[in-house]
Amino acid sequence: MFDLTGKTALVTGASGGIGGAIAQALHGAGATVALSGTREGPLGELAAGLGERAHVVPANLSDPEAAARLVKDAAGAMGSVDILVNNAGITRDNLFMRMSDDEWAQVLEVNLSSVFRLSRAALRGMMKARWGRIVSITSVVGATGNPGQGNYAAAKAGLVGMSKSLAYEVASRGITVNCVAPGFIETPMTDSLTDDQKDRILGQIPTGRMGRPDEIAAAVLYLASPEAGYVTGATLHVNGGMAMV
Amino acid sequence: MSDIADRVKKIVVEHLGVEEDKVVESASFIDDLGADSLDTVELVMAFEEEFGIEIPDDAAETIQTVGDAVTFIKGAV
Repeated sequence: MFDLTGKTALVTGASGGIGGAIAQALHGAGATVALSGTREGPLGELAAGLGERAHVVPANLSDPEAAARLVKDAAGAMGSVDILVNNAGITRDNLFMRMSDDEWAQVLEVNLSSVFRLSRAALRGMMKARWGRIVSITSVVGATGNPGQGNYAAAKAGLVGMSKSLAYEVASRGITVNCVAPGFIETPMTDSLTDDQKDRILGQIPTGRMGRPDEIAAAVLYLASPEAGYVTGATLHVNGGMAMV
Repeated sequence: MSDIADRVKKIVVEHLGVEEDKVVESASFIDDLGADSLDTVELVMAFEEEFGIEIPDDAAETIQTVGDAVTFIKGAV
């Protein structure tokens, strides 16, 4: 099941915990992968670990010009981009009343606007191929909100509305557009939480544990697969029951 | 020059799956040939590739009929 042999996938934010796991899962299913991120070192290590069918295509998505260039680079390396996984994201947490215009703009730029540009650039090839998969990683906080994350939650909720609109437009061309919304996942991003914070979070998760990056990757793999061709405009929540939406 | 018109018609016939005799200069892609808005975007993409030209968005919006496409492409190649 979930055979991606012959397919090509661009994964942004692949140097992070979840992005790396997604790249591994797609590669493990037979896809050729292009790993993108800002840090070339970890990307190179990940590519070396994967062996064949892995390319490194660095990009800084806070630069508006970078998105179109990245899709071009990835298509150049792999021949096409059949699957786009928009995983790159940043946080600039602050209480709403203290949040600067910069903190707001940076998060919206990387987490939402760059996804718009990447998706637009990737669509051309997908339209011609009459097949494509766009999967964006959102967050449980896009559905529930979270104090201190007004910018992040806005961007993540924005991805959902954007994905649904695009899903309408391109469904007849064999292209699906979906989101995966992780809850609390064990990554460097959540390692920085204090034990007290972690305890409070775990108290709200029915499964009683944080999720693992490979559990997010499995959801992405499903949505990227030919088997998920009838799933579009959906958000798959992977959060241990923390928010049943 | 008629070569361009022929190539445009061929693309339209292939892409929209319409009868060749319906693809006349005055035929509107949307009103006469059953294209939806996404089809017109794809047609423009196909013209760009066939003729090796760039059709900017504001120009693409003015290409409503087969004749519009032929005229634009003649001016661009």
